[in-house]
Amino acid sequence: MRTFYLSLKYLAVVLWSAFVIFPFLWMLSTSFKTANAVTAGAKWLPWVQFEPSLAGWQSLFGGVGGINIVKPYLNSGIVTLSGSAIALVLGTLAAYGLSRFTFKAGPLGNGDITFFFISQRIMPPIVLAIPFFLMLRFLGLLDTLPGLILIYVAMLMPIAVWVMVDFFNSVPRGLDEMAWMDGCAPVTTFVRVILPNAVPGLVVAAMFCVIFGWNDFFFAFTMTFTEVQLLPVSIVALNSSVTPWWSLSAAAIVSVAPLAVLAFVVERFLSRGGLAGAVR
Amino acid sequence: MLELTGISLTEGRVPHLADVSVRFAKGRLTTLLGRTGAGKTTLMRIIAGLALPDAGQVRLDGADWSRLAPWQRPVAMVTQQFINYPHLSVLDNVAFPLVRRNVPQDRAREAARDMLGRVGLAAMVDRRPSQLSGGQQQRVAIARALVKKAPVVLLDEPFVNLDYKLREGLREELIDLLQAERDTIVIYASTDPREALQMGDDIILMAEGRAIQSGVPQTVYAHPATTRAAEVVSDPPINLIGLEVTGDALRLERLADLPRTALGRDLPPGRYTLGLRAHCLRQGGTLPARVALSEVSGSETVTHLQAAGQALVMLERTVTNHAIGSTLHLALHLDDALIFDPHGRLIEKEPVHG
Repeated sequence: MRTFYLSLKYLAVVLWSAFVIFPFLWMLSTSFKTANAVTAGAKWLPWVQFEPSLAGWQSLFGGVGGINIVKPYLNSGIVTLSGSAIALVLGTLAAYGLSRFTFKAGPLGNGDITFFFISQRIMPPIVLAIPFFLMLRFLGLLDTLPGLILIYVAMLMPIAVWVMVDFFNSVPRGLDEMAWMDGCAPVTTFVRVILPNAVPGLVVAAMFCVIFGWNDFFFAFTMTFTEVQLLPVSIVALNSSVTPWWSLSAAAIVSVAPLAVLAFVVERFLSRGGLAGAVR
Repeated sequence: MLELTGISLTEGRVPHLADVSVRFAKGRLTTLLGRTGAGKTTLMRIIAGLALPDAGQVRLDGADWSRLAPWQRPVAMVTQQFINYPHLSVLDNVAFPLVRRNVPQDRAREAARDMLGRVGLAAMVDRRPSQLSGGQQQRVAIARALVKKAPVVLLDEPFVNLDYKLREGLREELIDLLQAERDTIVIYASTDPREALQMGDDIILMAEGRAIQSGVPQTVYAHPATTRAAEVVSDPPINLIGLEVTGDALRLERLADLPRTALGRDLPPGRYTLGLRAHCLRQGGTLPARVALSEVSGSETVTHLQAAGQALVMLERTVTNHAIGSTLHLALHLDDALIFDPHGRLIEKEPVHG
């Protein structure tokens, strides 16, 4: 009976894996195809039986009708990583404040401030496009990396605040108080005691920030013209009247790759056991 | 001397402490005895600076602490929860307060290792707190509190979350450890009168956010100033029975009529409250009472009884099984009875005239 249930379990895992991996396989095979192979299909073995071609990949590196993906790739990396890092630092500080201190302005309190942060993500981004555009123009930062970083900090910080407020609320206050009595002022308490215990939360928040930042198309598109192009925009620029599926597939693989690697690396940190032993 | 004067704290509309003025002497262990919610923890948090009183002052040797933040106060505290730093090893946990006070790392670790040896954790120094049992975790917390050599040590029911045997053992170890600290003010909060009477050099009774009596434990036990103090300091609970003295008789409300001389002292006619500790009730008398609950603890039996609508508690220094619902016949031994006036204040015993 145990074997039966075990095989059921494995069957489910296999089915789900196939479901998840299949689109990637399709993408991978398409990236090595030509126009004919994409539309014609195969006689016996679909996704395998075709004449491989590097045309799709070449179009990413200055090939015919293509783009050069290297610069947008680096731009995206710079904007995402700096935006996430700044958002994480500011967001973590804000979250600790919201979790530990009481703020009051008339009827408004901590809960409302937290909601203000999160509400930025509830609003459709289009609402923010015009104000952001005007602000960047005023600052002379339109179509520049610093301008985009600013926008990304604004868009990613709510995520960091959201994740970290929740995390800090689960860290017992007794830990802060113990640190105070052991001679730590609040800043030292935060740096020496709370942050080292917040690593799992920081990893989750960082991951969300990087994913949302890396995948953003809307602000990358609306806040730039020609000087600075980010990866999602340049991928879209590959498109033409005849959809070049091979180029798009190659570009999609290249753009998903860092996130996939990140997911593998980060997975081990995502245990909630980090705080065991603080308070029994 | 640590001196608290006129400490009051109200949160929302709930008064936690009302005009508490108490003193704690150096080199003595003072027990704060009171039930849950009496204000013991709040008082300790105010001493540590974790809570700010609405009114009143905390002074150590005359120096006002009101403007000192918690991290500026020379206080160590062990709480009911076992709080340690999860990211640090046991050794670094204990060394942490010293390192924060700019003691060099190696000397801090040396002191920590020494202190951990004294609480019996020498073999555990490299573990994380999460790898220890509850009792061991609390020892780490105690070691961390004592290694600082703070002049004020607060112990807020440190053993309440531990099992009975461990509690006994750790309590004795702690007393041994504290013997060495001659000038330290140790404040120990407890809900258990027996523990408080055994441990404390001094005792302060707390109830409803007030310090209702303080003194040497034996004196406080023998002469509780009020009925409330008698309730707080007595375990098992004291029997409080209405008493009416008339021309030639004593009437114990709902229980018995006795000759006026039964108390062995003379009281003017009027209404009183008789405080009769549980060991003053014994079997073999004439007062019938039904057993409501009988519990054996150690070598003693505590029996809760109902007699004509009056709840009574009897303590026997033997192990006996009283069936619930059965009837016992009680004798009341009034020699050690406490008498309180209508306001609940103790009337001290005087020799009988004639």
